[in-house]
Amino acid sequence: MRRLDALDALRPDYDLVVVGAGPAGLSAASEAARHRLSVLLVDEAPSPGGQIYRAVTETPLQNRAVLGPDYWRGEAIAASFAASGADYLPQATVWHLDAERCIGLSLNGHAATVTAGRVVLATGALERPFPVPGWTLPGVMSVGAAQTLLKSSGIVAQGRVVLAGCGPLLWLLASQYLAAGHPPTAILDTTPAGNWRAALGAAGGFLRSPYLRKGLGLMLRVRRTVKVIGGVTGLSIEGTEAHATSVTYRRSGQDARIAVDHVLLHQGVTPNVNLANAAGCAFVWDEEQACFRPTVDDWGNSSLDGIAIAGDGAGIGGAEIAACAGQLAGLEAARVLGRIDEAERDRLAAPSRERMRLYGRGRAFLDRLYRPAPHFRQAHDDAVACRCEEVTGRQIREAVTMGVPGPNQLKAMYRCGMGPCQGRLCGLTVVETIAAARGVSPAEVGYYRLRTPVKPLTLAELASMPASEADRKAVVRI
Amino acid sequence: MYRRLPERTGMAARGEVPFVLNGQTVSGAEGDTVAAALLALGHDACRGTAVSGVPRGPYCMMGVCFDCLVTVDGVGNRQGCLVRLRPGMRIETQDGRREVGR
Repeated sequence: MRRLDALDALRPDYDLVVVGAGPAGLSAASEAARHRLSVLLVDEAPSPGGQIYRAVTETPLQNRAVLGPDYWRGEAIAASFAASGADYLPQATVWHLDAERCIGLSLNGHAATVTAGRVVLATGALERPFPVPGWTLPGVMSVGAAQTLLKSSGIVAQGRVVLAGCGPLLWLLASQYLAAGHPPTAILDTTPAGNWRAALGAAGGFLRSPYLRKGLGLMLRVRRTVKVIGGVTGLSIEGTEAHATSVTYRRSGQDARIAVDHVLLHQGVTPNVNLANAAGCAFVWDEEQACFRPTVDDWGNSSLDGIAIAGDGAGIGGAEIAACAGQLAGLEAARVLGRIDEAERDRLAAPSRERMRLYGRGRAFLDRLYRPAPHFRQAHDDAVACRCEEVTGRQIREAVTMGVPGPNQLKAMYRCGMGPCQGRLCGLTVVETIAAARGVSPAEVGYYRLRTPVKPLTLAELASMPASEADRKAVVRI
Repeated sequence: MYRRLPERTGMAARGEVPFVLNGQTVSGAEGDTVAAALLALGHDACRGTAVSGVPRGPYCMMGVCFDCLVTVDGVGNRQGCLVRLRPGMRIETQDGRREVGR
């Protein structure tokens, strides 16, 4: 791997550009480079790993028992990428992708474009928003954010730390905090009671899943030490303007309050879709996972020619499946660009296909068990839905009564989704809140129409781009 | 408040990284992002929002929420969770919306 520190070290074009250095992106890049494609892997983070293997090559937490064996599996994936012939551009932003596979990049105040024969988007997942009153207060962050602090800096929240929500990551962080000697004060479990019934229908697959034993062991360890309050149906966080001080939760129709120094929220993860959406890839509403995901075929190919999507960005499957899907996308790139034939691609893909079946077994069970309650997915009247423009659930419902049919029309009223995060954090909340208010499916409401630049770009960065004579003539009066 | 785990939990020693926060010289640790260093120093909030001015701090730590925006070496609205701390960096917390040129 050749690590690049500046945009002028880039080639003007590559056989394959991969966006994202998590398990899917690293595997796609390694596989494609193995078949002698010229490969560029672009990533926002300073070191490879994505979110799940964040900082795996440089974490200060060298006691492996704290982050656990699943985290350290990322070491081999990162090592195989490091040994590959790919170019690696860390700490860079991808702000543009189009159907011609032109990619806009920025780094250190400069911008440039490269073109690619093929593109693999491995943009991964992000945490589902949790729009309860007070979730914007300092002292409140997501469980994933706390885990990032732990992995990359060995930093923990201290004092009275309450975890609230549902999903595997919540239990994983609790066990990691426990192993680090900082057990959380309490877990407020919002898993809806009725979910067990729905999940039992898919229990057969989960019983044969590698995640079963791991998951049960982890939950038992946490339950032995940490107070777990189940059946939570309502949540709000109170405090001064400067900091959260308590959480009020509803259980069996009764409200109770606990004093806190930190609240860590989590209710599952959803595909990170902004770049694929802006490029024009086709999307569908996935009712089982309650999110929008791009349509892809068995090799990750999206609706746009030459653009594939691998890993959680194409639908949540977890790290093991993501690594396999990345390898498949790398093989497909090698086939399309003539390095291997179809038979060779299929032969090399077989072990990963088998592994995807194995790790896919428990997915339906987990999706159903940890599906967050609708009232936690829609914005509470008094909660901020769009954190950038500070638009509340009540304002969205009022807009619907005035005839606003979807998120793109809402922009004109409240700038909802038009702040710096460009709808990343509010997208699903806004869609589900509108859909419920209209009494229709989110599929009918649709998602934000996103556009270039997909991440903020300064005018100075734009002006720094190499300009041709034709570019100059287009704007300069002669 | 946040704290760094002590070495007995298996933490490798990391060098100090001195930087300037709102005119005061402070320090973070090698490998920190700007947002992590600010949290470790006790700044749970790093900005006042552009709309109502209320205090906010990092929510996602992975480049999604834009709640960790700070001014880095004179450039406003940088995502603190994506910028690695460097010795001598000048960081300013942001109060309200940015003005042209900042």
